[in-house]
Amino acid sequence: MKKVYVKEDVCIGCGLCEVYCRLKHSKSKDLVKAYKKETPRPLARLRLDESGIVSLSVRCQHCDDAPCIRACLTGALSRDPVTFLVMVDEERCIGCGTCALACPLGIPKIDTSQRKMVKCDLCQDEEIPVCVANCPNEALLYVDVPDESSNTKKQAKIPIQ
Amino acid sequence: MIIGNSAGGIGAAEAIREVDKTGNITIVSDEPYPAYSRPLISEYLAHPCSVEKMAYRQVDFYENNKINAILGEKVIRVDPGKRTVKLESGTTLTWQKLLLATGGTPIFPDMEGNRLKGVFTFNRLDDAKDIDDFLNQYRTSTRAVVIGGGLIGVSVTEALVKRNVAVSIVEMKDWVLNTILDEEAAEFEAQALAGAGVNTITGHTAVKINSHLPGEVSGVTLDDGRVLPCQMVIIAIGVQPRLEAVAESSIKINRGITVDRRMATSVPEIYACGDVAEAHDFVLGENRLTPIWPNAYEGGRVAGLNMAGKAAKYQGGTAMNALKYFGVYIASAGLVIPPDDSYETLVNRYNGIYRKVIVKKGKLAGMVFAGDIEKSGIVYNLMKDGANVRKYKESLVAEDFGLASLPESVWKDRLTGLPPEGTEVITHIEEPEEMAIGD
Repeated sequence: MKKVYVKEDVCIGCGLCEVYCRLKHSKSKDLVKAYKKETPRPLARLRLDESGIVSLSVRCQHCDDAPCIRACLTGALSRDPVTFLVMVDEERCIGCGTCALACPLGIPKIDTSQRKMVKCDLCQDEEIPVCVANCPNEALLYVDVPDESSNTKKQAKIPIQ
Repeated sequence: MIIGNSAGGIGAAEAIREVDKTGNITIVSDEPYPAYSRPLISEYLAHPCSVEKMAYRQVDFYENNKINAILGEKVIRVDPGKRTVKLESGTTLTWQKLLLATGGTPIFPDMEGNRLKGVFTFNRLDDAKDIDDFLNQYRTSTRAVVIGGGLIGVSVTEALVKRNVAVSIVEMKDWVLNTILDEEAAEFEAQALAGAGVNTITGHTAVKINSHLPGEVSGVTLDDGRVLPCQMVIIAIGVQPRLEAVAESSIKINRGITVDRRMATSVPEIYACGDVAEAHDFVLGENRLTPIWPNAYEGGRVAGLNMAGKAAKYQGGTAMNALKYFGVYIASAGLVIPPDDSYETLVNRYNGIYRKVIVKKGKLAGMVFAGDIEKSGIVYNLMKDGANVRKYKESLVAEDFGLASLPESVWKDRLTGLPPEGTEVITHIEEPEEMAIGD
């Protein structure tokens, strides 16, 4: 399956990943309109977390154990049998936010105007996700990971100190 | 055999099929519907939400997973010795491994008037249908009293408000949702309720349901003598484990069915999960009832894996809830009020957002996020993993909190790291023509 990897050591937190993601999910596909005119304001599916010199471009990792799918109250979240991506059925999503509470990255976003959860689908209609394609510093890598390898990455465990 | 066709039962069936593609799976449920999302009964009542839209799994789920679903049949007795279950219709079925995922049943108080027409509980789809039918009979304005201001009480209130019913909530304790929210977060909810025109009465109980016309509800009398006129009453004072089929069996029961970390009961080959089971809580470090949907699924999954012969351990579940009543977003987990002064509380308030974490001996014991729940999952998972947050606890409630606020070792562990050696990088990387800056 395909994944986006983040090279933190070269991410400078410019935020273009977020800009292009928001643009991608706008109706107008026009940067100024997407930021200034559209209501509801389009939402980026990824998030830039920063602290000091650390910048992290964080998006859904389509985890193997997918705590969001297991926590989903309605069955709206599921794994696509073909792409193995975690996808949301917006028809069935009620935007309750249980996925946001279950996700170790806290990444699910609620579109409060639509009362739906929105999430990254790695830009299925693009060759390369727009965040990756527009990263000026090559801090984002789009990689086809063999399924065996992706399956060995189990749930993130934090050492108890 | 799985008794119960909701989150726990489905979690178990899916887990069994991951391991065992051929063994016989039977699901028995007294509800006549394919698995539906129970929390959606309020959406159903609020309209418009069809039964089809409530489906928890695709229509072909049972067929695809080769599950024999016996729906609309109640199990009246489990016999652990003979390894049978007896159905209300008289049929007796045998099993090799059994999962009790029977769920919870509303607590129904012994109160005068509780059998009147217009008195409802709100736990299953049929309850929502009954209330819907009742409302459809009333063309004029309807008034309702909801007894209990917990999750079910507030959820039915939201649906009734959308149906133009004038609602009063009667809550015994000092604030609504008091088992999952502290007073400050509950105030977000209280304001939303007031804004929606709901009359919330806290610190009082209902003592009697009145009837002027024979058999019909006319109002509710409170403990201070006040009378709230209404045509309908929803009793929402809580749920209790649904134990009737096993009450006389040898299975060990405390408040619910006691299970170990494999979700196994005291009787070999019998497992339990969900609202009926008392399972491990990672915050308290002991077993307790946590009747919430995600824990039911998770426990069912662990039970299913073990039933299919693949050893699995329940990491534990605690109270965890994300709420969106009346458009107010709140998430809470674990403790929301420190039980004694050995706990430390960190709070932050900004721009209408409230964040609180409770820490004991460097570990998270509870959290409340109100007004904005994004990133709440980072904190919840630190709590679940038992991480030592002593060095960065203040950052957890900070306005700029994010993954980068955590120590490098923690965020590196959360992110997928770098791609494994030898994998194909799709991104086309060109060498820059000129070094921009640096070097």
